[in-house]
Amino acid sequence: MKQKKFSLIAGVVLSVIGGAAALADDLKIGMITTLSGSAGYLGQDVRDGFLLAIQEEGGTLGGTDVDVLIEDDGRKPENGRAIAERFLERDGVEIMTGIIFSNISPVVAPLTLRAGRFYVTPNSAPSQFAGKKCHENYFAVAWQNDSLHESAGLYANSMDYENAYILAPNYQAGKDALAGFKRYFKGEIVAEVYTQLGQTDYAAEIAKIRAAKPAMLFHFLPGGMGINFAKQYDQAGMNDEVPLVVAAPSADINILRAVGASMVGIPNSSHWNHDLENAANTAFIAGFEAEYGRSPTVYASQGYDTAKLIASALAATGGKVTADMDGFRAAMKAADFDSVRGPFKFNKNNHPIQNWYGRVVVERDGQFVNQITGTIVENHGDAYADECSM
Amino acid sequence: MTQLYLEQLLNGIQLGMFLFLVSAGLTLVFGFMNVINLAHGSLFMIGAYAMALISGMTGSFLLALILSLPVVALSAWVIEVVIISRLYTRDHLDQVLATFALILFINEGTTILFGRTPLFLDVPPLLSGSVSLFGVVSYPLYRITIIGAGLAVALILWIIIAKTRLGMQIRAGTTNRETVEQLGVNITRLNTMIFVAGAMFAGFAGALAGPLTSVEVGMGENLLILCFVCIVIGGIGSIRGALLGAITIGVVDTMGRAFVPDILVKFLNPAAASGISAGLSSMLIYLLMIVVLVVRPTGLFPVARGS
Repeated sequence: MKQKKFSLIAGVVLSVIGGAAALADDLKIGMITTLSGSAGYLGQDVRDGFLLAIQEEGGTLGGTDVDVLIEDDGRKPENGRAIAERFLERDGVEIMTGIIFSNISPVVAPLTLRAGRFYVTPNSAPSQFAGKKCHENYFAVAWQNDSLHESAGLYANSMDYENAYILAPNYQAGKDALAGFKRYFKGEIVAEVYTQLGQTDYAAEIAKIRAAKPAMLFHFLPGGMGINFAKQYDQAGMNDEVPLVVAAPSADINILRAVGASMVGIPNSSHWNHDLENAANTAFIAGFEAEYGRSPTVYASQGYDTAKLIASALAATGGKVTADMDGFRAAMKAADFDSVRGPFKFNKNNHPIQNWYGRVVVERDGQFVNQITGTIVENHGDAYADECSM
Repeated sequence: MTQLYLEQLLNGIQLGMFLFLVSAGLTLVFGFMNVINLAHGSLFMIGAYAMALISGMTGSFLLALILSLPVVALSAWVIEVVIISRLYTRDHLDQVLATFALILFINEGTTILFGRTPLFLDVPPLLSGSVSLFGVVSYPLYRITIIGAGLAVALILWIIIAKTRLGMQIRAGTTNRETVEQLGVNITRLNTMIFVAGAMFAGFAGALAGPLTSVEVGMGENLLILCFVCIVIGGIGSIRGALLGAITIGVVDTMGRAFVPDILVKFLNPAAASGISAGLSSMLIYLLMIVVLVVRPTGLFPVARGS
C-alpha cells in the first residue's frame, strides 16, 4: 500500500516534469540504423517506412508531435554506442529504434534500457533479449532472429529434403539463423559454415558446397552479401546442382532486382509479402510507392509497423512515454494496431506471435517478385519465451 | 577430392591476381617514392564505379573496361599533382594522415554523387558460364579471365621493368633516388608517371571486380590491408615480390577458409569448430606474415637500397 502511494506521487511528479518537457519540445525518437555500405538499403527502407507512417498523419504519431533523429551506424558497434549515448544524454530521446544488425543491438539496447527509455526494434532481435535478458521496456516488432529461420527449416521439411548445408555470417544473427534453421529441420545437417560479416567473394565456400553435394542449401546473407552470393552461385552454375531454401532476408525484392532471372523458383519464408491481402497492407504499399517511387522491401514494412505500433501506444497514453512508463508499456504490449502482416500479438517476452508464409520467386510483368504459396505455420512464437521471467 | 583442391587453388590464384594488380602500384609508389598511400584502395573503387556507370550507360562491357582506365588515370593524376607530390619530403605519419583524409574525402564524395545503394554489374554474356578444365573441374569463365588478365599485366610489367630504359630508371630510383636525379632524370615527371600507372592497375582490378562483387563505397579498404601484407611479404618495391606475395596470400586465405573448418571439426564439436575456424582462417595470413618477417625481415625479394 505504501509502495503504491509512493509510485503514485512519483508518477505525478514525473508527469509534471514530463508534461513541461512535452510543452517545450516534441517527443524525441532516436533512430540508429544502417544506411551506408552494401546493406545500407535495409536501414533506408526501415527509415522510409517509419517516416511514411508519420507523414500519413501529417507529422504526428498517434496524434503526438514527434521529432525523429536519424543517424547511420555504418554497421559498426562503436558508432552505435557513440550515437546512443548522445541520443540518450544530450537529446533526451525517449524511444530508441531503427537497429538493423545484431552486432549493434547488444550494445545499444542495454544502454537504452539502463537509461530508463523504451527500445523498440524494427529488425534485429538477437536471442539473448528474447530469453534470459528479456526486459519489460524492450519490444521486437518484426520477429525474433531465430524464428525467421525456423520458418525456413519448416518450409524445407515440406519439400522432404533429407539433408542441408547451412551457411551464415559469423555474428550473433548468423548464429541465431543457423540455430533457428536446425531447430525444426528434420533432415541431417551436412555442414555448418560461418563466413565473415560483409564478405564479398564466396568462391571458396561455393566450391565446398559443390564438393559436399548436399540435397539443399540454406543461407542467411542479408543485403549486399546475399546479392554477391546469389550472383556468384549462379556464375558457378550451382542453381541446378544444389537447390536453395532461404528466409526473407536472402530473397528481398532488392536482391531479386539485382540478381534477376536466376532466382526464379527459389522458395523462401517470410512473415510479410506484397500480396498479403489486408487493408493495412494495401494502403501501405500504395502509400509507399506513391511517396518513394519504388516497391517496399520487407524492411520497409517492418519500419512502417514499428511506427504504427508506437502510434497506437502514444494515442492510448495521450503522448506520454517516460512520463507514464506503466501506461505506455501496457499500451505497447496490447499491440492495438493493424499490422501490414495481418494477425499480430506480443508473446510474454515482448516478441511477436505471428503467421509465417511460404513464398516463391516468380517473374511478373518483367519484374521479379515473391508470391505466397501458403502458410507454413500459424501463431508461431519463439523458442526463448519460456526462459524469460516476465 | 582432387577436384575440390584444384578448384580452391584456382580461387586462391584468382584472389591473388586481384591482390597483385592493387599491390603492384602500391609497392612501386612505396618503393620508389617512399610514400605510404592508404588511398590506393580508393583508386580501385574509382575504377569499379567508372566501370559500373559507363557500362550502365553504354551497355558494353569491353568499352566500359577500356574507358574506365582514363577515368582512373585522370583521377590519379589530379591526386598526385594536388596532394601526393607535396608528401614526398614529409615523414610517414604526415603521409598516412593525408592519404587517410583522402579516403574519407573520396568515400564521402562518392556517396554524395552516387548514393549509398551499391551498384551491380552482370558478367558479359561472352564470359558467363563455366568451362571444364583438365576434364576434372568446371570453373567460371569470368574468373579464368581475371587470372589471365592478371598474368598478362604481370608480364607487361616485367618487360617494362626489366627490358626498358624507363624500367631501368625505376629500378635505379628505388635503389638510390638522389643519384638518379643527379644524372639528369626528371624525377618529378617519373613520380607522376609511376603513380598514375600504379593507379591504373588498381583501377583495372576494380573494373574487373564489378561483375563479381558489389560496387560500393569503401570496397577498396578491405583489399588494401591484404595488399600491404602482400608487399611486406614480397619485399617492398619489388614487382616480383608483389606477384609472389599476392598469390601466396590469395591461396593461403582461400585454403584457410576452405579447409581449416574441416581440420578443426576433427577435434571439436561442429558448432565450436565453425565459430573458431572463421576467426582462425582470417588470422592465417597474418601468422604467415609474422613467420616471413622473422625469417626474412626485408621480405622474400628485397630490393637493394642505397644509403
